[in-house]
Amino acid sequence: MVTVEFLGPIQKAPLTLEVSSLRDVAEALKNDSEMAQWLENCAVAVNDTLVATLDTLLKDGDKVSLLPPVCGG
Amino acid sequence: MVELYNGALNVPEIITRWYAEEAEYNYGAYIPFIGTVREEDEIEGLSFDVYEPILSSWFDAWQVKAEALGAKLKMAHSRGDVLVHESSYIAAVFSPKRRVALEMIEQFVEDFKASAPIWKYDLKNGERLYARDRSTAIAGAGILGGKQ
Repeated sequence: MVTVEFLGPIQKAPLTLEVSSLRDVAEALKNDSEMAQWLENCAVAVNDTLVATLDTLLKDGDKVSLLPPVCGG
Repeated sequence: MVELYNGALNVPEIITRWYAEEAEYNYGAYIPFIGTVREEDEIEGLSFDVYEPILSSWFDAWQVKAEALGAKLKMAHSRGDVLVHESSYIAAVFSPKRRVALEMIEQFVEDFKASAPIWKYDLKNGERLYARDRSTAIAGAGILGGKQ
């Protein structure tokens, strides 16, 4: 199972999904109305490293994090 | 290492301690940037969420860049609520000569604003409201929504 966590202002509890790539995660989230406003502006990290492609493979125990737009300082 | 604090930063303590920590290293320049919460739009303050694992790796990558120029970076940030006229952010660079420090503090603070995994909220009328309009999508964002 892969855990998907939602950081910062995304008010959503973590999910556990049976998936093998980020493409599968995108597929699982695209019909989630809560997520519609976030998918186009979130960065994605796998095990705390930012990734740039949906082809990123996932394995059991991986953690996917969604990072919405930031504003520190 | 990034220093994270619950609530407002103790600015005099931090910048004085950093000064003392580096006093023996022969740096000719020390430039701190201090971010203070301004009174505007009737906010009572700001509030912050921080995602520490990615903040740390982002900072460590910057430290490697600094070291390559003989410089050193330090940073402190708040978590939770910081009221108006209190400070939530300090970045500092130490370097042998001023030019490296002046250029690096600008690049570091600008990249911090664009990349560091910190989320800001306005505290207003007892609510904590995400500052969406002032926030920036991290480079490479949007792949789950089809941007590739």
